[in-house]
Amino acid sequence: MDQFVQLTVTGLANGAILALAALGFVLIYKASGVINFAQGEFLLIGAYVIYAVIAQVGLHYSAGIAAAVVVAIALGVAVERLILRPLVGQPTISVIMVTIGLAQLLRSVIQIFFGTNPRSFPEFIPGGTLDVAGATVPVDRLWGIGLAALTLAAFTVFFQRSRDGIAMRAVADDQQAALTMGISVRRVFALSWALAGISAVIGGMLVANITGVSGAITGFGLTVFPVVILGGLDSIAGAMIGGAVIGLLTTYTGGYIGGGLQTVVPYLALVLILLVRPYGLFGQVRIERV
Amino acid sequence: MAAATGVYHTTYQADLALRHTRVEWARLALAAGVALTLPFLATPFWLTVLNQIGIAAIGAIGLNILVGFTGQISLGQGGFLAVGAYTSGLLATNLGLPFPLAMAVAVVVTAAVGTLFGLPALRLKGLYLAIATLASQELIIFVVRNWDAVTGGTGALVVAPASLFGVDVRGDFAWYWVILFFAVVATLAATNLFRTGLGRAFVAIRDQDIAAEVIGVDPLRYKLLAFAVSSGFVGLSGALTAHYRSIVTWERFTLEVSILFLAMIIVGGLGSVSGSIYGAIFMIVLPAAIQQLGTALRSQVPVIAGQLPAVQQGAFGLVIILFLIFEPRGLARIWQRCKDYFRLWPFRY
Repeated sequence: MDQFVQLTVTGLANGAILALAALGFVLIYKASGVINFAQGEFLLIGAYVIYAVIAQVGLHYSAGIAAAVVVAIALGVAVERLILRPLVGQPTISVIMVTIGLAQLLRSVIQIFFGTNPRSFPEFIPGGTLDVAGATVPVDRLWGIGLAALTLAAFTVFFQRSRDGIAMRAVADDQQAALTMGISVRRVFALSWALAGISAVIGGMLVANITGVSGAITGFGLTVFPVVILGGLDSIAGAMIGGAVIGLLTTYTGGYIGGGLQTVVPYLALVLILLVRPYGLFGQVRIERV
Repeated sequence: MAAATGVYHTTYQADLALRHTRVEWARLALAAGVALTLPFLATPFWLTVLNQIGIAAIGAIGLNILVGFTGQISLGQGGFLAVGAYTSGLLATNLGLPFPLAMAVAVVVTAAVGTLFGLPALRLKGLYLAIATLASQELIIFVVRNWDAVTGGTGALVVAPASLFGVDVRGDFAWYWVILFFAVVATLAATNLFRTGLGRAFVAIRDQDIAAEVIGVDPLRYKLLAFAVSSGFVGLSGALTAHYRSIVTWERFTLEVSILFLAMIIVGGLGSVSGSIYGAIFMIVLPAAIQQLGTALRSQVPVIAGQLPAVQQGAFGLVIILFLIFEPRGLARIWQRCKDYFRLWPFRY
């Protein structure tokens, strides 16, 4: 029982981070149809900027987060403008490869500035443990789940209530109709990359807080695929649920079966989903018969 | 693409010929001359690079058949290379098969495995297929790492020394000729493939799958065949790696390798056999050149030494991005433009 509770909390914490990474992915895909293989590197950059500002410059953590958000927005908008806009109308393979190239480039920039040694993250999320139903649960993971839930809720409200959020949904639904209504599609694209950057900063901060700052953070960029495929590539609710399911699945497999199977279980799930229901749980159903 | 003036095809044979003009034959002779003399001039370091290029070119041609000619995106290249390498290495080591035979079996096995992992392509297209092949990459490497009894798990598989007609094939110089032979065979096979019905069917599926089905190309059958043919080439490349390196470890076949090969065909030119070779040359020489440059500069600028891997990775990413933005059709297209420029000179077109 206590093992179950512990694994559940760990799984949900991982799932929360995955959901944040997946959220950024879905935002970009929904708005512009671009699949971003560099999402993991966005997490990495967020984590390293916060680390640099807090630990190396020595400022307050709020300054670190603010700096990371600014960097993420600038980076997101720059990537959209300089790299993806020239590729509008190019085949899928080009778009996939350009984000892969971007991932390599971002990773090398981080490596040039910070090297490859993992570093411990300055703790500002309270540590310690808590007893829940006989299990010892690390408090920082609960904070992680809470923060992620809060962020996801904020994004949901943004899409339901705010003018920009509704404009983004309109563009995702039908670009031409959105254009005729006077919505700037370019602005929406830039906005979606900026928001993806922000969600990656929060995700990166949570990962870094749990595991420390290192290149390993980019691993979340790949696990994002099972999550978004399960939830549906264009569904924000799907990203949250998919994140939780894949997070739990991975930790349960690791805890009860082990043997390295947890690294591959998300991909097994991925193949199954693709074969049975390629559009995922909440994705828009597009049927093509060839 | 401008056609050469004064070249008239009066027979079907002439129309189908791979090379039409004397200039084309002369360029081929020049390339052959370079390939035959390079190993005598190259330093040991560059000889290794040449061998890597040869092996990579075969793999890149295979991937290009699938991605560039048939339009099926695959991130599973690393996994298929691993299947080829382990099959051939294990057969030669444990059963004592001579290495050409082991490689032939490896080609068949990899083609079969490729077909199996191509099954999702029957339902999925574009990015969904890319993600499905990403999963197959991870699954294959997982099996390799955990099937201790056969593959040696995360340890290294030491492959029995290769010998041909009782003579040991050892050292970079001897291997150069073996690899060159297979690279030439693979290039010829791929070039001729696209003059047959099979190859044309692949191209038809890439260009318009619905139209292809209407004119009688069964997409299901030919998509699987594309996976089989492509994986066969990739298996050959993997098997050559195993015998040439004589040590096989799973780290050589990660997702990074799949990405490297995709980069080769993008930089070289999607849907071009010669482009695959240019791409392989470019993507293998680039990190080697950076490494050489870094070593040369080490004494003057000591900071560089530690940053070499990062610089290599950054250059790799940058090259992909720049090519996709400025010349999506790759080196093959640039080369074509150069040829056109000189043929039509002093006119622009």
